[in-house]
Amino acid sequence: MGDNGSVWLPDPGTALAGEVDSLFWFVFWTSTIMFAMVIAAKLYFMVKYKRKNEQEVPEPVEESKWLEAAWIVVPTILVLVVFTWGFDVFVKLNSAPPDSYQISVRAQQWSWEFSYAEGATSYTELYVPVGRPVKLNMTSADVLHSFFVPSFRVKHDVIPNRYTSVWFMAEEAGEYDIHCTEYCGTQHSGMNAKVVAVSEEDFAAWIAEQSQDLPPAVLGEQVFAQCRACHSIDGTPGIGPTLKGIYGQTHAFTDGTSALVDDDYLLESIVNPAVRIREGFAPVMPAGFSALSQKQLDGLVAYIKTLE
Amino acid sequence: MSHSANGSIHYLNHAKGLKSWLFTLDHKRIGVMYLVAVSLAFLAGGILAILVRLELLAPGETIMTADQYNQSFTLHAVLMVFAFIIPAVPAVMGNFALPIQLGAKDVAFPRLNLASFYIYLIGGVIVLSALINNRIDGGWTFYAPYSTSIGNGVLYVTAGVFVMGFSSILTGLNFIVTVHKMRAPGLTWNRLPLFIWSIYATSIVQVLATPVIGITMLLLFMEKFLHIGIFDPALGGDPVLFQHFFWFYSHPAVYIMILPAFGVVSDLMGTFSRHQVSGYKFVALSSVAIAFLGFLVWGHHMFVSGQSAVSSIVFSLITYLIGIPTGVKVINWVQTMYRGSVQLKSPMLYAIMFLFTFSIGGFTGVMLGVLAIDVHLHDTYFVVAHFHYVMMGGNVIAALGGLHYWWPKMFGKMYNEFLAKIAALLVFIGFNLTFFPQFIMGAQGMPRRYYDYLPEYTFYHELSTYGSWVLGAGLFLIAGYLIASFFTGKKAGLNPWGALTLEWTHTTTPPDHHNFHDTPIVTRGAYDFHLAKHLFEKGGEVTELDLGGDGASTHHAPVSNEPVA
Repeated sequence: MGDNGSVWLPDPGTALAGEVDSLFWFVFWTSTIMFAMVIAAKLYFMVKYKRKNEQEVPEPVEESKWLEAAWIVVPTILVLVVFTWGFDVFVKLNSAPPDSYQISVRAQQWSWEFSYAEGATSYTELYVPVGRPVKLNMTSADVLHSFFVPSFRVKHDVIPNRYTSVWFMAEEAGEYDIHCTEYCGTQHSGMNAKVVAVSEEDFAAWIAEQSQDLPPAVLGEQVFAQCRACHSIDGTPGIGPTLKGIYGQTHAFTDGTSALVDDDYLLESIVNPAVRIREGFAPVMPAGFSALSQKQLDGLVAYIKTLE
Repeated sequence: MSHSANGSIHYLNHAKGLKSWLFTLDHKRIGVMYLVAVSLAFLAGGILAILVRLELLAPGETIMTADQYNQSFTLHAVLMVFAFIIPAVPAVMGNFALPIQLGAKDVAFPRLNLASFYIYLIGGVIVLSALINNRIDGGWTFYAPYSTSIGNGVLYVTAGVFVMGFSSILTGLNFIVTVHKMRAPGLTWNRLPLFIWSIYATSIVQVLATPVIGITMLLLFMEKFLHIGIFDPALGGDPVLFQHFFWFYSHPAVYIMILPAFGVVSDLMGTFSRHQVSGYKFVALSSVAIAFLGFLVWGHHMFVSGQSAVSSIVFSLITYLIGIPTGVKVINWVQTMYRGSVQLKSPMLYAIMFLFTFSIGGFTGVMLGVLAIDVHLHDTYFVVAHFHYVMMGGNVIAALGGLHYWWPKMFGKMYNEFLAKIAALLVFIGFNLTFFPQFIMGAQGMPRRYYDYLPEYTFYHELSTYGSWVLGAGLFLIAGYLIASFFTGKKAGLNPWGALTLEWTHTTTPPDHHNFHDTPIVTRGAYDFHLAKHLFEKGGEVTELDLGGDGASTHHAPVSNEPVA
């Protein structure tokens, strides 16, 4: 909840989010008033017409046609108003300005990958410039996911074999939560990231820095952001084994064999995780990581070696 | 004068032994067997709900792992939706009360009725064994390709749900024919109890919608074993198509769950206000209209799924066509009390509670139908709260009202009314405490089906978990005093609520094996209390049958409880 947010809605991070909120409050207050009227009538009748004696049998009430018409007409007008209003804002939410800055988003169990036109790639942080419309072109490598930023009031499913999109224009520098909102397996609730909105200058500087050739272990550390939902680097066991100090250890597998953790084994575990399953763990690692580039894989192996 | 003197013969004791139950063709006994079965499903689903809430008491791991959590909420949902809510009111109360309310000796096809029960059990066993033997997670929606990528479990669950669906189809068919062909003389469509109207509307949906599960199952099997790409993107299929199939069944299924509740609440409001149900024809016919319109709005579950924006706009508009008559019904129920004679017995408390909880479910449904707002609220706890207000606040609360209403007639025993009022209060407080905070955290952005969550949502999750304990306590209290009523309950009279439908006015308590000795003749509408003043002349509860069949007459034919040859 932001400083300016209400109990109900988080602080709006875009102008369009503000428009969604106006509509939300209109429906909220009309509903609350109508609900209060229904409940008030109900409580009043309960008390006023409480059975006085056991013999009483009230006569039927002549129903007023006007009153009945009012119950149908007034709510119909109200819902047509909110329908039209909701339609209008929905069209805006679905119409990215043509000059939007475009970022490719690839979702996979259980991480996000954000690729920028300039060649940079990020994983847990989606950098965007403040004050410029940003359009995300999204697709999934495995199952359905859904991209949701509560502060921006945007959400759209991310689907394999198909591109979908959302757009937003952040108004202020800051960090905003990203959640996956379509169930995608064990670590669904860990599939989070952040929008980091920065000024145009900071954004340009970040892009320039990211697009340079990085030393393998540094690149590997960035790529490793995708692995953190399941693998710790501090020795805590998670869904998968911790990677702290594993290089050079000998691991036992569920099929009874064991092997030395060397470069080849690390590569096999990333690209083809189902081949050998470490004792005490379930075979839940997704196969999607085979899509990483050779450079990224080299970087990951180099990074894991540094985890002592 | 008492017609249910000690030693009387009725449907519960006219034949004894397990076999007399397992092979019974009596709609009342089949209703009681359904009551046992759905209560067990509700108990299992409820315990899972308590465990799921307990896990969410604090962020991170509390009592179970992520996989255990994901499978628990899935099992909770499947049990509650398919094994409990869908059959609860139609199969238990419909079976017990519908034929008697019609003045019939049984349903049109008693053997088919018994077959429905066993098909339901077989389907339940298939679903349960599939859920226990396979890794199945992701909730009751089973969206492809995730659900099909984790093994064959989803195929078996769909198969089991289809078998259970067949039970619904047969029950629905049975009820439709019964309502059309077996109404007592004088029981015109305009005199039918609204409970019958709503079960009739529900039956239409059951017969028309359930085959869609069968089609989906066939497509899933074709994809799995013949590798024809239908839903799986790896084979060139379209996962969004699965959602269309799922909701094309499951949205009408929502009406299978809520329409019977409308019927129960109508009967309760009329009886305990001793007054005509306001807008009778509107309530009756709009239920049937909703049964058909319910087939045209499935896409409102899919505003952010990737279906075209134009489709979303059309679905949003049609959704309101259903919303309006539903809202008017709520007003009708409230208006029924106007200038009535309102008696706040425990069944009526549930009807009044329903007006509160179901209205919140309805208003939040309107909110979710607004395109731009739904984009933000979709798949958050706001939706979880909304459908619990409709399914539990609507169906379950009404079912509890119906259970308290028909219990004396079913078993011939009164429960402890004081405890019943305490339990109703606990259920009301517990329900709202559990689910209202979920609206707030959902609007804040808390996604559903999350094992772990950000610390800022902790407060709302705590409230919700505490609420689940209060709600659980209320429900266990109900189970306790209902069971106790068998042993210590006061003998129930013929018509303790002063109701006017035939199960109260024309048969003994509990009803005779054949319901009636003579075919009842109906001379007034189900809620024409002003034409039945003679029943209430003595005050207190009505203890005489109204076999004269003439609204103006005070003549009462004696009834014997001798077994019928």
